[in-house]
Amino acid sequence: MSGASAEKRGYVLNMGPQHPSTHGVLRMEVHTDGEIVTRAIPDIGYLHRCKEKIGESETYFKFTPYTDRLDYLASMNQNHGYCVAVERLAGIEVPERAEYIRVIVAELNRIASHLVSFGTYGLDLGAFTPFLYAFREREKILDIFEQMCGARLTYAYIYIGGVMRDITPKQLGMIQEFVDYIEPKLDEYDRLLSYNQIFIKRTANVGVLSPELAIKYGVTGPVLRASGVDWDLRRDDPYSIYDRFDWKPVVGRGDVGSVGDSWDRYMVRLREIRESVKIIRQAIAQVPIGPYQAKVPPRLKPKYNEVYCRTESARGELGFYLVADGDVHPWRCKVRAPSFSNLSVIGELAPGLMIADLVAVLGSIDVVMGDVDR
Amino acid sequence: MREYILTLTEPGQLLSGVSFGLASLLVMVASCAAVLGVIALNGMFLVWWERKVSAHMQARLGPMTTGYWHGWLQSIADGIKLLLKETIVPLLVDKPLFMLAPVVIFGSAFMAFVPIPWGEHLIVADLNIGVLYITAITSLSVIGVVMAGWASNNKWSLYGGMRSAAQIVSYEIPVGLAMVPALMASGTLSMQGIVESQAGGFWHWNLFAGGPFTLIAFVVFFIASLAEVNRAPFDLPEAESELVSGFHTEYSGMCFAFFFLAEYSEMFVVSAIASVLYLGGWQCPLGLSLIPGPLLFLAKILFLVFIQLWFRWTFPRLRVDQLMHLAWKVLTPIGFVNVFGAALWLVLI
Amino acid sequence: MAMKIEEVIAEVMEIAGEGAVQEELDMPGPVLRVPRESLAKVMPLLRQRGFDSLMALSGIDYQGMKKYKADAGDSLGVVYHLFSFAERCKITIKVWLPREDPQVFSVAAIWPTAEWHEREAYDMFGIRFEGHPDPRRILLPEDWEGWPLRKDYQMPTEYRGIVHRDEEGQA
Repeated sequence: MSGASAEKRGYVLNMGPQHPSTHGVLRMEVHTDGEIVTRAIPDIGYLHRCKEKIGESETYFKFTPYTDRLDYLASMNQNHGYCVAVERLAGIEVPERAEYIRVIVAELNRIASHLVSFGTYGLDLGAFTPFLYAFREREKILDIFEQMCGARLTYAYIYIGGVMRDITPKQLGMIQEFVDYIEPKLDEYDRLLSYNQIFIKRTANVGVLSPELAIKYGVTGPVLRASGVDWDLRRDDPYSIYDRFDWKPVVGRGDVGSVGDSWDRYMVRLREIRESVKIIRQAIAQVPIGPYQAKVPPRLKPKYNEVYCRTESARGELGFYLVADGDVHPWRCKVRAPSFSNLSVIGELAPGLMIADLVAVLGSIDVVMGDVDR
Repeated sequence: MREYILTLTEPGQLLSGVSFGLASLLVMVASCAAVLGVIALNGMFLVWWERKVSAHMQARLGPMTTGYWHGWLQSIADGIKLLLKETIVPLLVDKPLFMLAPVVIFGSAFMAFVPIPWGEHLIVADLNIGVLYITAITSLSVIGVVMAGWASNNKWSLYGGMRSAAQIVSYEIPVGLAMVPALMASGTLSMQGIVESQAGGFWHWNLFAGGPFTLIAFVVFFIASLAEVNRAPFDLPEAESELVSGFHTEYSGMCFAFFFLAEYSEMFVVSAIASVLYLGGWQCPLGLSLIPGPLLFLAKILFLVFIQLWFRWTFPRLRVDQLMHLAWKVLTPIGFVNVFGAALWLVLI
Repeated sequence: MAMKIEEVIAEVMEIAGEGAVQEELDMPGPVLRVPRESLAKVMPLLRQRGFDSLMALSGIDYQGMKKYKADAGDSLGVVYHLFSFAERCKITIKVWLPREDPQVFSVAAIWPTAEWHEREAYDMFGIRFEGHPDPRRILLPEDWEGWPLRKDYQMPTEYRGIVHRDEEGQA
């Protein structure tokens, strides 16, 4: 009964829903024995906005803007995932030009999301400065998006059958300029934070997630790759036109600790930015001339069909399970959110960590509560 | 001190004709006012400075509008705001302790200014055990931190208080050990005496008196003193990403301002001690006396404070066990070896 | 261990017994509908055959759905999307559950990720999972009444003193 007595001796900390490092409105019931965490029970739902219910009661088109609000740090990726799912459901062909534009904006948004994750991770560990550097870089992406669609956070730019507006040569120039700008910055980040001794001490060998455990818990995306599983839906379950580009998924290597530790999760994201840059460079060079939207009836009524379509969002496998029943709205619109499954593993990782480690592990899993609670 | 007051009461001096008792009282009040003024000004200046330094390190500008020139009035505006704000006392706190804690912390920071020599005669009290006095007084602040943590009736505050107690008690040892080589080189415990022993150019500074050993001691002192004053990367008691705000989570208004002022005063004090012990205090680095001593002293202190700011805006925070590891297994042994090394060096070379 | 998806289908159909149907859908991988009693046997088998990843577990309400009006009636359902990392193939398993007694075998012990997904299905559809380690609501407050994603769900007009009004301001 040592566990029970430890809990009697220990303390129950109520971490969140308003806490600086729960990245939104996550609440965790943290059982501690001194500084050591004996159990952490996540409590979610504070940001539940009935997205699946809304999905069932709106038309296919009207739900697109709602997907923005799922993972609001990577809205383009959410749009993309949803649109790919609806297009598969209804058998819509997307024009080539639109596919290229989609890939470009989705990868740009992935970079923006990883930059936020990099910055906030610094904050979680007490380093303030990287956060502002990351936001300075992200600002440039937001400026580009603002030019393209008028919005800076919730774009609703990728659209069933194509994209909302065509991309102009000037905007392509801005994107080119940005990718040239970001690469040297990444080296700077490595010098500033990644290889800082204190940072390594705080993250190496902390919260090691084995590949088996990761797969069991449905962990996906950068977190899964950091555990050494070479798995990226863009390559392994291809959608859109990702199979045309030359790039490699980034896998955790355990450079400073063991494979699957917090440092690896952090580093996989930074290295993924480089891969996204590669994709964007190739895509910009290849954008064809042509229409940017397919002709899709505004009252889309697909006949009975079901799809489970998964795409690689910035946080992992974003799945949409759509059931059509010949109506203007889907019969069922299940969102399989990457953060939801990724977060569920925290209860397994927490015992034995220190309170500060718990923050480090949570930050390295990089959840967006909009995505978890839907 | 006594002689100084007596000279003041002599004919033709500032307090001529005043009885000795009254003169002492006046001098005391004046000293207190001066120290308070220094603390307040220093706090305001350092807050503004820290904001500007951090802003420029982070590709920002920081405060720019208040006072037109680079927001120089920002701290005063903030100070007025804090003064006017209601001090919220939560219902279930231990009220007497809750209100006393900021006073204790501020008091310890305040009293630490007493034996700091600003110039040849500019010193509130040249205690013959000045260094010991400072070590003793600055560690009083831990009582305030623990009081604040306990009285707040908040789990995060309690964690902050506990961490702080452990941290300050642990780091007292390396701090003390890192002071010893300088004291051996100077042969006195009086702050003024230490400064005077380093006269005549930077090659006479205690920093170089014991060969490599005093250099190392200076570095150890600087690192450990960062931990003593809860500055990054050792700001665990108030680690905002873990403990929300640590021991001062529940404080607001003027009580919070006291913590804030105390933190900046402590930064200032430890930098002052470091420059007295190792950088020659108010002595000129080139052995000349063109620039007034107090200005030189201030420049040295601000240089050290700048390094503290620089650390804070660059490094992540250590974990609590790593912090203890550093104190007991790294800094303390180094400190001990250093004391012996410096002693041998001073005797043999 | 090489796995042939046809063999797996055959095995599942055999174990599931009477009432198992393979649905013809344009999806990657087969879609099998099995009786709920057989799920406790089918799921461990699939795990054994290499389906190590449960991509998604969705509750669904068929009440009023045109396609299934005849056979599903007003039942609820659970849809499991499985995937095998080693073989890179998918399989979809469906169960239909009677509305009055929506109870089904919990797969949380096989794929721990199902723990939260099943809690969500319980939260939204009121589907009970036998053997679930922590059968509570997950997204909604614990004292919420009703199952919001069921098609016959009526929006409550009040929750703990918070009155819900429609666009005309009617409670």
